[in-house]
Amino acid sequence: MVNDYEKVKAIVDRYGGKHASVIAILQDVQSEYHYLPEHALRAVAGQLRLPLIQVCGVATFFKAFSLKPRGEHTVTVCLGTACHVRGAPAVLDEAKRQLGIEPGNTTDDMRFTLETVNCLGACALGPIVVVDDEYQGQMGPRKVKKVLNKYKKTPRDRRHAEIVVSS
Amino acid sequence: MVELTIDGIKTRVSEGTTVLEAASEMGITIPTLCYYHGLSCYGECRVCLVEVVKGDRSSLEASCTLPVEQGQVILTDSEKARKARKVIVELLLASCPNSKTLQDMAANMGINKIRFKIKDRGCILCGRCVRYCKEQMKSGGIGFVGRGTSRRVATAFDVTPEECRNCGGCEWICPVCEKACMAESLIDGLCGGCQNLAPVETCLVCTGCSESVGPQGHRVYK
Ligand code: SF4
Ligand code: SF4
Ligand code: SF4
Ligand code: FES
Ligand code: FES
Repeated sequence: MVNDYEKVKAIVDRYGGKHASVIAILQDVQSEYHYLPEHALRAVAGQLRLPLIQVCGVATFFKAFSLKPRGEHTVTVCLGTACHVRGAPAVLDEAKRQLGIEPGNTTDDMRFTLETVNCLGACALGPIVVVDDEYQGQMGPRKVKKVLNKYKKTPRDRRHAEIVVSS
Repeated sequence: MVELTIDGIKTRVSEGTTVLEAASEMGITIPTLCYYHGLSCYGECRVCLVEVVKGDRSSLEASCTLPVEQGQVILTDSEKARKARKVIVELLLASCPNSKTLQDMAANMGINKIRFKIKDRGCILCGRCVRYCKEQMKSGGIGFVGRGTSRRVATAFDVTPEECRNCGGCEWICPVCEKACMAESLIDGLCGGCQNLAPVETCLVCTGCSESVGPQGHRVYK
């Protein structure tokens, strides 16, 4: 864990240890671990000399932060009004079936996390599915299956597997 | 110094005072809940709403966070302000029907029915406990987590925090756990003030047994 502490310290130092940077720090910690592990939050609080609960308050306020381990790929299905009328529920159903999980959960092999969102501001392309940072427009049940298969076939990210196991 | 008018009376207070403080200096009571003397102003509950008159328009503002301004005209007891406060207390009671502080407040304001669906959440998120812990105990053991409907007061990772000094202050200052309303049954979400507990025959004169009974007191049975 010493190693981890150093990692967090480096991130905190990058922002000059300023309280106001707590969101940016947490974002960097999250991209390091794919989620916010408890020990990392403790380290951030310790480094910033903030009560732990304040850091937790920020971490639980924003939906972008996750306190639960996340899969290697995050699949986000838009259920906003425009995507909804264009058939997003069917896309979500197919994604659920393909991954075998409900939204908000992660597959057992830690490869995928399924999420929903209410509008991404790209309604003209709806229904939209975002995998990691890639926007995939005009989705349909069949197309989503294809996209997910593509990601399923990509080799595992060793680093991510290690992180999840070590935490 | 700033000059303003509260309920038709002109007063001069120093800059930076809040309308609530200015009013209480004049002996005018405005109901409050999340405000607590010695803690920072949070402006969460909106129970302290007052009417701010600007020409022929007026707006409702939380007096505990409203700084005084030159020439401000404030009405603390207007129909509009009272009506708004009533709705707010109703809403708060709908989420914490067992709070004696709130039940007393409702009785005092003449609320006779809670029109909202009652769902006991045990907390109105007033933040008194959080501010007390942080500002008076310099501890910061508890805080808010989550957002929207899942917002709640908690300790980090739900374990007793290292920072906690076991002062018990967070419980003491809470308007919900501080004094639970002992009424056995609620009618339309209300206990009817402490009248529910006191047998009709014995409550002939109001002794003010309930701390938060205001100048109007309860209805006393004769
Ligand atoms: S008991 Fe602990 S958590 Fe509560 S106010 Fe005191 S120090 Fe804070
Ligand atoms: S626990 Fe009590 S004091 Fe704390 S926020 Fe909730 S109602 Fe207010
Ligand atoms: S004495 Fe007054 S406050 Fe107490 S029960 Fe009777 S009416 Fe209510
Ligand atoms: S509704 Fe899906 S992007 Fe707007
Ligand atoms: S007392 Fe002013 S908002 Fe709560």
